[in-house]
Amino acid sequence: MRTLFYILQKEFTQIFRNKSMLPIIFVMPLVQMLILVFAATNELKQVDLALVDYDHSASSRNLIHEISGNPFFKVVTGLNNSQEAEDLLMRNKVNLALVIPKEFDKELTTLKRTEVQVLVDAINGNAAQLSLAYLSNVIGAYSQKVLIKPIKPEFRQAKTIEIKSTYWFNPELNYKFYMAPGILVVLITVVGMLLGGMNLVREKELGTIEQINVTPIKKWQFIAGKLLPFLIIGLFDLAFGLLLAKLAFNIPLRGSLLLLFSLAAVYLILVLSWGLFISTISDTQQQATFVSFFSLIVFILMSGLFTPVESMPQWAQNLDFINPLFYFVKIMRSVLLKGSNFIDIVNEFAALSAFAISMFSLAIFRYRKTS
Amino acid sequence: MIEVQNIRKQYGDVVALENVSLSIQRGELFGLIGPDGAGKTSLMRILMSLLLPTGGTAAMNNLDVVKDYKKVRLITGYMPGRFSLYPDLTVEENLKFFATVFGTTIEENYYLIKDIYQQIEPFKTRRAGQLSGGMKQKLALSCALIHKPEILILDEPTTGVDAVSRKEFWEMLKRLKNMGITILVSTPYMDEATLCDRIALIQEGKIMSIATPETMMHSFPEDLWTISSRKIYNTSKILELIPSLISVNSFGQALHLVTTKGQHTSKSIQGFLTQHGEHDITVESEKATIEDVFILLMQKHNQTA
Repeated sequence: MRTLFYILQKEFTQIFRNKSMLPIIFVMPLVQMLILVFAATNELKQVDLALVDYDHSASSRNLIHEISGNPFFKVVTGLNNSQEAEDLLMRNKVNLALVIPKEFDKELTTLKRTEVQVLVDAINGNAAQLSLAYLSNVIGAYSQKVLIKPIKPEFRQAKTIEIKSTYWFNPELNYKFYMAPGILVVLITVVGMLLGGMNLVREKELGTIEQINVTPIKKWQFIAGKLLPFLIIGLFDLAFGLLLAKLAFNIPLRGSLLLLFSLAAVYLILVLSWGLFISTISDTQQQATFVSFFSLIVFILMSGLFTPVESMPQWAQNLDFINPLFYFVKIMRSVLLKGSNFIDIVNEFAALSAFAISMFSLAIFRYRKTS
Repeated sequence: MIEVQNIRKQYGDVVALENVSLSIQRGELFGLIGPDGAGKTSLMRILMSLLLPTGGTAAMNNLDVVKDYKKVRLITGYMPGRFSLYPDLTVEENLKFFATVFGTTIEENYYLIKDIYQQIEPFKTRRAGQLSGGMKQKLALSCALIHKPEILILDEPTTGVDAVSRKEFWEMLKRLKNMGITILVSTPYMDEATLCDRIALIQEGKIMSIATPETMMHSFPEDLWTISSRKIYNTSKILELIPSLISVNSFGQALHLVTTKGQHTSKSIQGFLTQHGEHDITVESEKATIEDVFILLMQKHNQTA
């Protein structure tokens, strides 16, 4: 135990003597929480819409009125033909174009059905879907109005089912509530993988590992000495990030913090072992950074942090079975927003523990004193 | 005591050590002399249990370096060729750290490192990375000694160190030897060989000769001449044509000429040079140095290979 204590003392001395370490520990959470949470949003505040009206009738004016009245659309009018609208789309001046055909009013009153054309810039698929859905809603509401008008009010009840929705756990659909826990996961993952992993490779690069290897220090002591400091720093950064999220976005902390931090510790052991494993197979910090970075990107993008896992193809969802970030993003969101208890997330916990144990064993196994 | 028997090390197709056998007595200062890439470091790393041999056995104080590697590490001090202490820890912190991981304290074995450590003690709060080359080596030696090892293995401890520090370093090794510590030291500097009790000349993974430096120098089997000339290059070109030539090499400001034993006198060489238009030349019979022995052995080795 005394040996482990001195190894830890040595590691902490070195960590705090490293000039870039303190900024990383404090600045990284600040930047990630205060910038990324705002930036990583799928919400659309406003879209530009080009309107082409070939009809110039009362009905078309009413429809245009409905759309212009919606704060979501910034409408560009006064276009003569659909060619001009397409030009605007091409030049990225508008995201959407609505073309009302010549017979709009006539068809609407005589045939009871008509068509309009909507052109969507689908460079960003997400934004395209959202804005189209918005526009369809507005047009749908308008058509309800004009179609139902002649019919007696009693029939109205029978004809439509009105949906009254309540969003549980995030009633206002505040995107930040959803992003902040995810960004916290990225934060402690980066701390664990890059700082923790780099540390062992650095000993290789400096050649100090030669000297350590001829001492009676045991494998587990050495690995523990590399792991524990960054486990503590990771948990500290999680606390710091949570505090920032609470102060800046007032995100709900519904679940038990003790549960959250215990799970974070398991997760950090996993991430640190993973970083250590990478450093046992690398010879330089550069190599280790590349490998860590590559695996980080894959795991982050597949974790469901930015895009829902449910919308991924089945094989990708299956791959997430071995993605630790997938589990921990889920845990963070459930515990923070939903107030899940241990029983609710026991499956995720089991998966993380299994990974943590196997990754840790792998790291110890790979770290050999003799070559 | 170090016993090496038929140690072999292969990296893929490259043979780094070929059936190396050595026997070093307790309390002996043994030198491993050879150029870069001769296999010195590989042999030392095998002895330190940092490298597994492809074949053969080695024992340190009767402990097998493969089977009893944990015990071997407790009784040996190792100084790798590359400075490998923590550059971001201070002199004192480094020493304290290595003392602690060996389960001892600086105070307990201070008498062993006193002479060395005193020289760097004024800088004990300085980070090891900021020390000069000579001071780094002294610190590394202190760290290798702090657990009171019975055997000390030093891989090129004086490479890149100034002449004064080198001399001091060898004096320290002498003192440690007198305390009964077995020392195996490697060096590419032939002049340091004479400071050892016994030396092994190693080349391309093979030991060419093991003896005391004196025996090695006295038993030089051929004739050796020092030739001073103003146009050293010209002279050496001409000497390459002399009968019974073995080798001619530049040696400082002069040339060392080796000829088959009893075939020449200084007069006959002088005559040969005058005949070829070389004047103002002095030829003297010379006692062989370790370097001459090494070059001769290397040449013979290459001829048989």
